[in-house]
Amino acid sequence: MIQLLAWRLAQFPLILAIIYLITFAFVWVAPGSPFGAGERKLNEAAETALKQKFHAESWQQFLGFYPYNVIRHGDFGPSMQYGEWSVNDILKSALPVSITLGLFALTLGAILGVGIGTLAAVHRGGVFDWLSLSLVLLGISLPSFISAALLLSIFAGKLGWFPIGGWGTLGDIVLPGVALSLAPMAYIARLTRVSMIDVLSSDYVRTAVAKGLSRHVVIWKHCVRNAFLPVLSYLGPAAAATLTGSFVVEKVFSIPGLGQHFVNSILNRDRTLILGTVMVYSVFLLVFNLLVDVGYAFVDPRIDVSAKSSSK
Amino acid sequence: MTAAMTTNLPAEAMRTPDALAAPDHLLRRVARSGRVIAGGGILLLVVLACVGTLPMTLNSQSLWYFNAQRPDLVRMPPSGGAVALWWGTDNLGRSILARTLFGGTISLAIGLCAALLSVFLGVTVGLISGYRGGWIDSLLMRAVDVLYGLPYILLVILLKIAFEQPLIALLRYPGGANFIVLVFAIGAVSWLTMARVVRGQVLSLRGQPFIEACKAAGLPESRIFIRHLLPNLIGPITVYATLIVPSAILNESFLSFLGIGINPPVPTWGSLAAEGLLPALNPINPRWWMLVFPCTLLAVTLLSLNFVGDGLRDVFDPKRDAAKI
Repeated sequence: MIQLLAWRLAQFPLILAIIYLITFAFVWVAPGSPFGAGERKLNEAAETALKQKFHAESWQQFLGFYPYNVIRHGDFGPSMQYGEWSVNDILKSALPVSITLGLFALTLGAILGVGIGTLAAVHRGGVFDWLSLSLVLLGISLPSFISAALLLSIFAGKLGWFPIGGWGTLGDIVLPGVALSLAPMAYIARLTRVSMIDVLSSDYVRTAVAKGLSRHVVIWKHCVRNAFLPVLSYLGPAAAATLTGSFVVEKVFSIPGLGQHFVNSILNRDRTLILGTVMVYSVFLLVFNLLVDVGYAFVDPRIDVSAKSSSK
Repeated sequence: MTAAMTTNLPAEAMRTPDALAAPDHLLRRVARSGRVIAGGGILLLVVLACVGTLPMTLNSQSLWYFNAQRPDLVRMPPSGGAVALWWGTDNLGRSILARTLFGGTISLAIGLCAALLSVFLGVTVGLISGYRGGWIDSLLMRAVDVLYGLPYILLVILLKIAFEQPLIALLRYPGGANFIVLVFAIGAVSWLTMARVVRGQVLSLRGQPFIEACKAAGLPESRIFIRHLLPNLIGPITVYATLIVPSAILNESFLSFLGIGINPPVPTWGSLAAEGLLPALNPINPRWWMLVFPCTLLAVTLLSLNFVGDGLRDVFDPKRDAAKI
């Protein structure tokens, strides 16, 4: 296990370097320029000066300057769109917000999702199964900008229970957190239900029931653990995506998180900021996928994650 | 045969391997699944309504034309009378009913094409990766990691800009090129999760005795793949495929929200929802019909898709009758 961890960790720099280069290639060949995009049209001299300032006259110049600083100082350079701000400043101010909100949403989604999925599987075909799943699935049957806007206009606008957007007080986290948790909750509930139905029919569950364990213990102690496997493979990417923020939720609730920068940097062709956000997302993804693979081995010891002994 | 009689069949009869393979058994089981019937029925109605009205919504002379701008009918609330005006009109006097039906055709087509593409890619990669293990597994999964690390909006914008103009020149039909580029962009990001899930499932299956037995019996690999692994993977694959159709439709709606989806004036459910959001939430003069009708049809369709997926999963599952505790 430790060998596996070390091996996977050793691969990280290589993968990150590849992602950096691919992203850079995409960003560089993508039509449009970070300078003079949108309303302002720059004259040629100003554009050359800007390109010089940002080391972006040619791809050799760009690659000669930025990657070195990233590796040496972890410095992604100035944002090409915001000028005065460095990419690191933007990441430093936005990431904690997104992580806080994302953790809240993920916890809410995972607990409710596993709970609802398990109960739906146990009451398979019954009223609870239909009602709970319909309700949960409604969360992923509407575009997120609609469900977020509806949550905002009902609970903050009409009822006035929560503040209308913004960030800072405890009440600010609830509505965006719920909006952000809808998608993971639905996926988790559904995956749990499906694999729980499989698990409920296995022999060891029959044994557990036969030896007189209570339903409660069998379901929540024995089955949930084994039904968790498909949920686990979903949780890796979901955690990375949720913790790095959502464009729609942040826009609807005016939250200063990282999600908006993912989209805006690309629409603005803000090359340095794109590289910064992509790298942050990639690190989250690699770490969580590694955790998921380690988690496999804990949940189901039969799984040989290193897979060296097979394929004969 | 009545429903009550068939459900009382002994569970053992369902679990013989032949029951899985025989197509008439499968069909009969599909016919008995409430979810598939209810969800599939609603889905069929929506598809028929969307596709059946195409001759009208594509006819530029008709009031039903999806882009029939009528300055005299701007922002009309729903009313009786002409059927095209039952759901009201939008800011340009176009019939919401006609636009919702035509938009549904586009949205459903995007979802279907993207799902087919990603099932094919995801299952192939996941099977090979999970079954072979070793360096092939490492290579494929790291490739998936790398592709995951790229935000798909970047991919979509890039694909859109890089391939749309050449495709338009090739097809001489801008709408078609726009559609194809979007499907490939959405499909290209949706198969990654499928690959990881299939791989996880294969990893868990591979260690089980029946696969060992297959190998010991000297079965060719293609047979192990198709006859023994795939049936056990049908559950997750169906569930994920039916998750991909709605998520592709939702992805398109997100792109429409950003203004980089299907180009206007062609509507999709997503772009109709995005267009209707502000008028509907207007506190002084809310025009709810611009949001409520497209969103309801969208939500109903995606919900039925989800129910069909769940129902089919139960049908395909060899152990379906044993799960009682």
